[in-house]
Amino acid sequence: MKRRHNILLWAGFVLVLLAVGTYIPIFAVYAATRDVPWVNYLLFAAGGVLLVLGLRRAFGQPKLYRGKVLGSILAGLSVLLFALFCFVIFYISKAIPASETAVRVGQSAPDFTLANWDGKQVSLSDAVQNNRAVVLIFYRGYW
Amino acid sequence: MNDFNQRHIEIAAISVDSTENSRKLSQAKGYTFPVLSDPNADVIRRYGLLHPKGGEDGQDIARPAEILIDATGTIRWENLTDDLRVRARPGQVLEAFDSSIGK
Repeated sequence: MKRRHNILLWAGFVLVLLAVGTYIPIFAVYAATRDVPWVNYLLFAAGGVLLVLGLRRAFGQPKLYRGKVLGSILAGLSVLLFALFCFVIFYISKAIPASETAVRVGQSAPDFTLANWDGKQVSLSDAVQNNRAVVLIFYRGYW
Repeated sequence: MNDFNQRHIEIAAISVDSTENSRKLSQAKGYTFPVLSDPNADVIRRYGLLHPKGGEDGQDIARPAEILIDATGTIRWENLTDDLRVRARPGQVLEAFDSSIGK
């Protein structure tokens, strides 16, 4: 008898790929799913459950289902991808220097004049005078 | 953005990117606030926000930060994140303004 395809393995792996691939283009765009990437964790969890179920039937009912070798490879890749995701979220993302040197609340903000992308020079003292407040956002750059 | 305009809060971004790269970024994202170039990180350094060799090719760049400055030039609030994914939300900045400088 021909053994059946083990669709759970593929479905689980696709969810894991989605868990990795959707963070930057979709879920990192919104603060609610960015700061704690819970949607991506859910996708990983769902993918993991399907992979475990698929592996169980591949090894438990080998006469009925395929996927012992392929399932093991997909599960191994999934674990690697999850580890990579965690490495980025918990290590790379926090690899910035401590803030001890930063200017403090209560200090006066150092004045500056810098060029905007349209060529116009912008100075903090002008901006401060013409508004009730100025918010400076420091970016890492190199997009 | 409207909430900021209503309160007369000006926003300005600063990075080490060239004006050319900042132009591309601003136009791609539709930013209506200035994105200023500090190519040698002089201003970033003066604010104590340097991330030495933090760039992809080992350049000195800025660490992420948001700083609220009042009309006298005094820093009233700041957000120095320890996680570069986690930036201040606009609501946090508005709240800081409302509670420190006033509506």
